[in-house]
Amino acid sequence: MELTTILFYLFSIVTLGAAAIMVFSKNIVHSAFALMFSLMGVAALYVLLYADFLAATQLLVYVGGILILILFGLMLTTQGNTISFKSITVNLLPASVLSGAAAILLIYAFTATEWNLIETVDPSETIHDLGMLLMGEYILPFIIVGVLLLIAIIGAILMSTRITSTSID
Amino acid sequence: MTEFSLIQWLAEPGLNHFLIVSAILFSLGLMAVLSKRNVIMVLMGVELILNSANINFIAFSRFTELQLDGHMIGLFVIIIAAAEAAVALAIVLNIFNRFNTVNLDDISSLKG
Repeated sequence: MELTTILFYLFSIVTLGAAAIMVFSKNIVHSAFALMFSLMGVAALYVLLYADFLAATQLLVYVGGILILILFGLMLTTQGNTISFKSITVNLLPASVLSGAAAILLIYAFTATEWNLIETVDPSETIHDLGMLLMGEYILPFIIVGVLLLIAIIGAILMSTRITSTSID
Repeated sequence: MTEFSLIQWLAEPGLNHFLIVSAILFSLGLMAVLSKRNVIMVLMGVELILNSANINFIAFSRFTELQLDGHMIGLFVIIIAAAEAAVALAIVLNIFNRFNTVNLDDISSLKG
């Protein structure tokens, strides 16, 4: 067996197993910790798909940014004793039936379709081409997404500061 | 003969393998969104769903003629996920301040 095959199965098991632990864990902090391993596994899958820049971005933005944000939200929204970070689970049977049906339908659709495959090339790095695309063909979405991030930051700050002003009076 | 071809199919990870991994990841995210009643757990499920869509884009950009455009779409998905997480956490903090709970079933009034 080739090394890439072994690595693919290893990282797939890490990703899916950590995601399953995240979904089925009773403790929310354990869920957030399992989500970190799942996101790292996804980044490793990006490396296997020769997307080096996206793997680095995934690690920086998701593991370094969004996960910390989620943990902060978790710490700020638990009432009373912090030992009991319980997550309530409802509708377990309908939810599992629906998500199982979605998985089976998606896998059937993916495997039944004849994809228009091409001969794969192994680029040594994608950063140069991505930068040329970002500053050329994709300049308008790039600017729009920058404005969107600015609006999101201003909105988040506005909403968070209104909490303190209303709770004082 | 068929068993041999199955082993051969398993030994060479191609487009379908990555698509199946992303499908299972999507169903796990859907499970978290549907069955959990903590707002933060629902947000984590949404992150899983966004990641599974991203795996699809990157796999297609390697194995079909989508090329680097798939990488660009994945990059924009990551940026929008970051913006979504920031705004959603601010909304969750506001909700907690007003209702003193993050259980979705208890947050049912529109007038506050």
